Order: sequence, then structure tokens, then C-alpha cells
Amino acid sequence: MLKIVSGACAVMLLGAGAAWAQSAKPNDAQIAHIAYTAGELDAKAGELALQKSKNKEVRDFATSMVKDHRAVNEKALALVKKLKVTPQDNDTSKALTKQAADKQAELKKLSGAAFDKAYVANEVAYHKTVNGALEQTLIPSASNAELKELLQTGLKIFQGHLAHAEHVAATVK
Amino acid sequence: MRTDIVLPVVLGLSLGFATAAFAAETIAITMDKVAFAPTAVSARVGDTIEWRNADIVAHTATARDKSFDVNVLPNKTGKLVLKKAGKFDYYCRYHPTMTGTITVTE
Ligand SMILES: [Cu+2]
Repeated sequence: MLKIVSGACAVMLLGAGAAWAQSAKPNDAQIAHIAYTAGELDAKAGELALQKSKNKEVRDFATSMVKDHRAVNEKALALVKKLKVTPQDNDTSKALTKQAADKQAELKKLSGAAFDKAYVANEVAYHKTVNGALEQTLIPSASNAELKELLQTGLKIFQGHLAHAEHVAATVK
Repeated sequence: MRTDIVLPVVLGLSLGFATAAFAAETIAITMDKVAFAPTAVSARVGDTIEWRNADIVAHTATARDKSFDVNVLPNKTGKLVLKKAGKFDYYCRYHPTMTGTITVTE
């Protein structure tokens, strides 16, 4: 019960990032953990798509998700090491992980065009949520200048992913 | 005798100038922070566009009319020799928020 409640809270907070920024500002160790987790989860979703999809546009998109999110996360790992920050697990990371696991289970049951459509639709929604959290909460809350800069670069890359996902979504309708 | 010597020199000089004036140029565009810089460039037929990717992710320079599609990996460059005149709008296939324009004249 406690687990469900804290998970739901975090999802709400992620959805309404501005409110979170006012009440409980995440620290850099938590921000690093959330950003890293969000990226790794999307890379994993991309790997699932590469196992399941035969659609060229979907596969190109998934390949780009795996490569880009891993590249950003590699940078993030190097940065936290340099700053001697240990990423700190938190309710938002936990909620993201739980949501992604549920989505993966749902996607695994699908195949063909139904999989492509559901995967890409989720990518659109996921990038909207993560980009919103970056813009409204994570970037404004980051206190280290290098971390803030990496998050800002990440946001630009992920805004590109959202546009790419929307383009692919229009082709798999 | 005198003209024999002077003429070739003058000819050589003017040829040199002519070559310089019409030499094909290389125009550099940087892919940095998920944007093309400069966003818009002007060029002539025969010039080369060289994109340099300063980002940590791969980008493409892809023409809206599909006349070119250059893939550029991080820390690498990609080249395109311009073969026809026109205004070419292009974007990155992986990050379609990245857009640019090349205006090519004869
Ligand atoms: Cu790109």
C-alpha cells in the first residue's frame, strides 16, 4: 500500500513538475538518477522494438533511441564521477521504472503493426512527459552548472526525438 | 624581345586571378547542440558543403526533396558537392527539430 501511494505521488509530481519544484526540489544526486533512469528505460524500450518490429521507420527510430540515450547517459556517468556525486534513487525514478515495466509487459504481448503503433504512441507520450519534467523541474532545480548544461543538451536531443516519434507515428497509423 | 617576356607574365597573372575568382569553395556548417550553424548558407554550383558534428549523437543533413541525405557521426564530418542551383531546405532525420537552408546559384 505504501509503495503504491508513493509511486502514484511521484507520477503526479512528474506530470505537474512546477508544483514539485515548489514543494520538494530534487537535489543533484536525485536529478542525475532520474535523468539516467529515464534514458536507460527508453533505450530498453528501443531494444524491445528492435527485437519485435520489422518496420524500417520504426527500427530506424528505435536504433536512434538506443544510441542517443546511451550516449547521453555515458556523458552523465562521466560527469557524476567527475563531480563525485552518487546518483540517489528516489520515488520519481521508482515510479518511472514501474511504469516502464508495465508498458514493456503490455508491448511484449503485441506484434506486427499493433506493436509498432503502440510502441511509437508510447514514445510520443514518454518523451512529452520526460521533456516536461526536464523543463519544469529537473533543469530549474539543478544546482551544478555542468549538470544543468548536460540536461539542457539532453532536452534538445529529446525534443528532436519527440518530433521524430510524431513523424513515425503518422506513418504507422 | 621585350614583349615576348612580358606577355606570358601578364597572361599567367590574369589566369591566376580568373582561377581564384571561380574556384569552388568549401562552406562549413556545424551541427552543435542539436542545431545547424549557420542555419542558412548561400553557395554556388560546384561548391562543397562540409557539416561537422560537434554533438555526442549522430545527425543527418537530409533534403526535403530527397536530393541528398548525409549521415554525420559524432566528431566526424560529412560532405556534399552542390550540383544544381535552387533553394534546398533540409533537416535531421533523427532530430527533425534541426532545420537549415542552402541557397545555390549558378
Ligand atoms: Cu540530429
